[in-house]
Amino acid sequence: MYKLESNNLHLYYGQKHALKGISLGIKANSVTAFIGPSGCGKSTYLRCFNRMNDLIPNVRIEGEAFIDKINIYGRNIDVYEHRKDIGMVFQKPNPFPKTIYENVAYGLRIIGENSKSLIDDAVEVALRQSALWDEVKDSLNKSALTLSGGQQQRLCIARAIAVKPSVLLMDEPASALDPISTAKIEELIYQLKSEYTIVIVTHNMQQAGRVSDKTAFFYLGELIEYDETRKLFTNPGKEATQNYISGRFG
Amino acid sequence: MTRKHRFNSAKLQDNLFKFFALLCTGIGLLVLAVLLIDIMSKGLERINWSFFTNLPSRHFNESGIYTALVGMISLLFFTLLIALPIGIMSGIYLQEYGTKNWFARFVEINIANLAGVPSVIYGILGLQIFVRAAGLGNSILAGGLTLALLIMPIIIVATREAIKAVPNSLREASFGMGATKWQTTKRIVLPAAWGGILTGVILSISRAIGETAPLIVVGALVYVPFIPEGPLDKYTTLPIQIFNWTSRPQQGFVINAAAGIIVLLAFTFLLNGIAILLRNRWYNKIRF
Repeated sequence: MYKLESNNLHLYYGQKHALKGISLGIKANSVTAFIGPSGCGKSTYLRCFNRMNDLIPNVRIEGEAFIDKINIYGRNIDVYEHRKDIGMVFQKPNPFPKTIYENVAYGLRIIGENSKSLIDDAVEVALRQSALWDEVKDSLNKSALTLSGGQQQRLCIARAIAVKPSVLLMDEPASALDPISTAKIEELIYQLKSEYTIVIVTHNMQQAGRVSDKTAFFYLGELIEYDETRKLFTNPGKEATQNYISGRFG
Repeated sequence: MTRKHRFNSAKLQDNLFKFFALLCTGIGLLVLAVLLIDIMSKGLERINWSFFTNLPSRHFNESGIYTALVGMISLLFFTLLIALPIGIMSGIYLQEYGTKNWFARFVEINIANLAGVPSVIYGILGLQIFVRAAGLGNSILAGGLTLALLIMPIIIVATREAIKAVPNSLREASFGMGATKWQTTKRIVLPAAWGGILTGVILSISRAIGETAPLIVVGALVYVPFIPEGPLDKYTTLPIQIFNWTSRPQQGFVINAAAGIIVLLAFTFLLNGIAILLRNRWYNKIRF
């Protein structure tokens, strides 16, 4: 039983065929890394699972994508409700220009939650889970923009998990951060695995090797290889994978 | 040797350019200073409390700007009442909701053009539609509607620019949380754009209070010895009062006009100052 799954998924940006029939399945409570050179389609594929590609004009999608066996692109899917179940963390930390507290509370506010004690609790739990609580507990009413880049990214993770989604999509979450902040994010991913199904796009192959259980290698819009991370990095089945992970191109 | 020569000539050009730039700036400042000093030396003596509280009069030293001030404020009230909601809503729609097709571009270009139409044209439009066709006469309401048309393009453009400046990553973050378009607009985009919208609104007010030509056309150029009490009353405004005084032969009224100009300038400087302050604070807040 896969948590996330796609079946012969094609995506077109106007005339450009960006994803060419991707089929793969992702198990619950695992970390899956998508790797590949820039423009290979890994971010685009990631965004199919919370339908963020809907926001881009002239995108056409064929094939199927599933969450818990429900077709994400099915006719009776409410895209807003669907996105509430899937948290997303972006490449560049993008906290709202609000207080730290209001950033984490945002997901609850938009579902109309009014109970202050309930929101207080959810904010604290989310900030603790994202290992930020000790650093910000005395400044919850300060602007989120006063935080450092690494703290902002952990705040974005807190914001995403405050509404208890079942999936966490991360689009190069550490690529704009220094090594120490990166290490904290990776540690966090490891901690969060027990509760969430995590998919992470990364350019950093050491990172993929450190945090993920399975790795998918994309190239030119195609899924070249998908396997256990250890096997893919030590004994890849395809020559293109071998070339990429050894740094011969990309 | 040649290298040294070339270096010197480049340095000379550099200095020459700096000199001309300084000269041009100086000319602009000088003209402004001469204007200000001239007006101040003439009008400052007339600025006192009774100048603000007196009604217009045939005697220049008893004449005041009370009716003009009340007229201006009531006029601005109706102008903003109409222009703000329509202008801001249109801006939000065009920038945040409208699909980017040829029709949207057509509307966009025309609104930008509208902002540049000479104000007297709006006066003629107002005269035809509000004063005559709608039968509002020379009323505050007719004037307010006319000025609203005049400043609406400014508000729309300012709203669009402010919304455009909100980074798209914030919208993505909000949509990623499952927020709807309206929730994203209301909770994220508008609060982030608010400073910029407000700046545009204040600048449009400062434009409106200085307008004379369209108001002459829609009939504000009348002797109004009383305070307007309703939207359908006659009125006068500060620029019109100044215009009125300058056309009098007696020297005393020219001094009144100078004093009126000082008050008008003070209003404009104040509004522009607030707008600049707000804009700077907003830019610092929105930058990532």
